[in-house]
Amino acid sequence: MSLLATETESTAVNRPAAGKAGEGKPGLSIGWIAGFALPVLVAALWEAVVWAGLANGRLLPPPSRIGATLWELARSGELAMHAAATLWRVAAGFALGAVVGTALGAISGASELMRRLMDPTLQALRAIPSIAWVPLFILWLGIFEASKVALIAVGVFFPVYLGVAAALAGIDRKIIEVGRVFRLGRIAMIRRVTLPAILPAWLTALRTGLGLGFMFVVAAEFMGASEGLGYLLVDGQQLGRPDRILAAIIAFAVLGKLADGLLVFVTRPLLSWQDVSRNRM
Amino acid sequence: MLSIDALSKTYADGVVALEKLSLTVGDGEIVALVGGSGCGKTTLLRLIAGLDTASAGQIRLDDQRINEPSANIGVIFQEPRLFPIEDNVAFGLNHLSAFEREGLVANALTRVGLSGHGGRWPRELSGGQQQRAAIARALVTRPRLLIMDEPFSALDPTTRASLHRHLLSLWDESRPTMLLVTHDVEEAVTLADRIIVMQPNPGRVFETFANPLARPRVRLGSGFETLSRQILTSLDHSLKPGRPQAAPAGTADAAWW
Ligand SMILES: Nc1ncnc2c1ncn2[C@@H]1O[C@H](COP(=O)(O)OP(=O)(O)OP(=O)(O)O)[C@@H](O)[C@H]1O
Ligand SMILES: [Mg+2]
Repeated sequence: MSLLATETESTAVNRPAAGKAGEGKPGLSIGWIAGFALPVLVAALWEAVVWAGLANGRLLPPPSRIGATLWELARSGELAMHAAATLWRVAAGFALGAVVGTALGAISGASELMRRLMDPTLQALRAIPSIAWVPLFILWLGIFEASKVALIAVGVFFPVYLGVAAALAGIDRKIIEVGRVFRLGRIAMIRRVTLPAILPAWLTALRTGLGLGFMFVVAAEFMGASEGLGYLLVDGQQLGRPDRILAAIIAFAVLGKLADGLLVFVTRPLLSWQDVSRNRM
Repeated sequence: MLSIDALSKTYADGVVALEKLSLTVGDGEIVALVGGSGCGKTTLLRLIAGLDTASAGQIRLDDQRINEPSANIGVIFQEPRLFPIEDNVAFGLNHLSAFEREGLVANALTRVGLSGHGGRWPRELSGGQQQRAAIARALVTRPRLLIMDEPFSALDPTTRASLHRHLLSLWDESRPTMLLVTHDVEEAVTLADRIIVMQPNPGRVFETFANPLARPRVRLGSGFETLSRQILTSLDHSLKPGRPQAAPAGTADAAWW
């Protein structure tokens, strides 16, 4: 946190992020209210229209009915079961994609030769719409969890790989020279120069990857699942229950937002000593 | 003592940045290198810093051959090049205990006029303060040789003058040998015991001036003025093709950059 601090005590005192958060608060709450105004208004209007009998709300159920359905799903434990299944898949796919993406991104970013070897292939693979892999994954890995996790991992992999490789390739040569002047060894150079330099880009890439993971879990669960929020979507369609579909969509939105928030929360300590991207996340 | 012997550097694209340059800098001496753009000043400093390898010739610091970065050599670049993290000034002190580090860092920061700023992030410092921090970082390890590539060129005149004073007082503490590249002749005369004018295409020494003035040197003194003018004239000649080395002093103006 500081120019010189070798002591944790001074680093705690001088963390400027706190001040920034404080000054951002009033604007933030206004923004929140403004952001909620439109959906709340539309929902209330629709509720009133259906309640007055001007529309029957069969295709687009009023908020009260969606709420009731959500409550029912939650009470019966169905919601938790489906959410857990979805979360487990996203977590497994995210872990796999993030680890492999980081590793390959690091290799390709650190060595020009490896980049020339790997990058064209990976770029070509990236051009394939990932859903196109689904039949192949099912043939290879079966209809159950493995193929779903693999699909999510593919979605997570690319942004992480690209982010890490680009960040490594873009490190300022001048900063590396300072490390050389101080005769840092390989490990010290990575710890003190490389990692701090790529950390913000890496975390941003992880967030993007997580977002894609949530997109891909829906596709994965469309391809024949007996549980999961994606299954709830398909089930709602087959039963002709738009309220269940909307309940599942809301659950997706909440889960995605929570997972993203969790990722930001967990990685914030890493960034607190990082200059550029503090307060940006 | 820093001794450079017939040093040449040809870059991969065929540019001859330095040709058979020889130069000796005594212990505790301050030498300024001036010269037109592209005459190999940065190349020379990078070779001495061990950041690049020579095509021919040698660099020795106290009879130790230099071909990689050395703990005895501190470098101050044109830009501060601070890390966006903590421990910038303590960067070269990893082998010491936290207690020792803290003492040295606090002292170094005081010497560059940054006491009380130790808890700041680099981006919370002004350009001049960042460069002060970079100077503290280079000096805190007490290198025997300090090389500087236009360290003050991005700063305003007031900040520059105050950093000159700080640098000289730091130099007075442990008397490191200093080699400074600058485009500012007054800066060269203010700081250096000897001023070396370099010549481009290929880079080599054009003319050397001893600085007889006693410190502290004031710009208004007549000796200061005379020496500055001599150097400017030499610079001007160094950039004219076909001239023999050390051409007689003329009246040309200082349009050399
Ligand atoms: N990495 C490099 N590759 C190829 N040529 C280079 C490289 N670095 C410098 N040169 C060339 O070598 C010559 C000397 O460059 P150098 O940077 O040492 O000059 P300089 O005296 O520091 O100039 P300035 O005063 O503009 O900083 C120039 O012609 C330059 O174009
Ligand atoms: Mg230069």
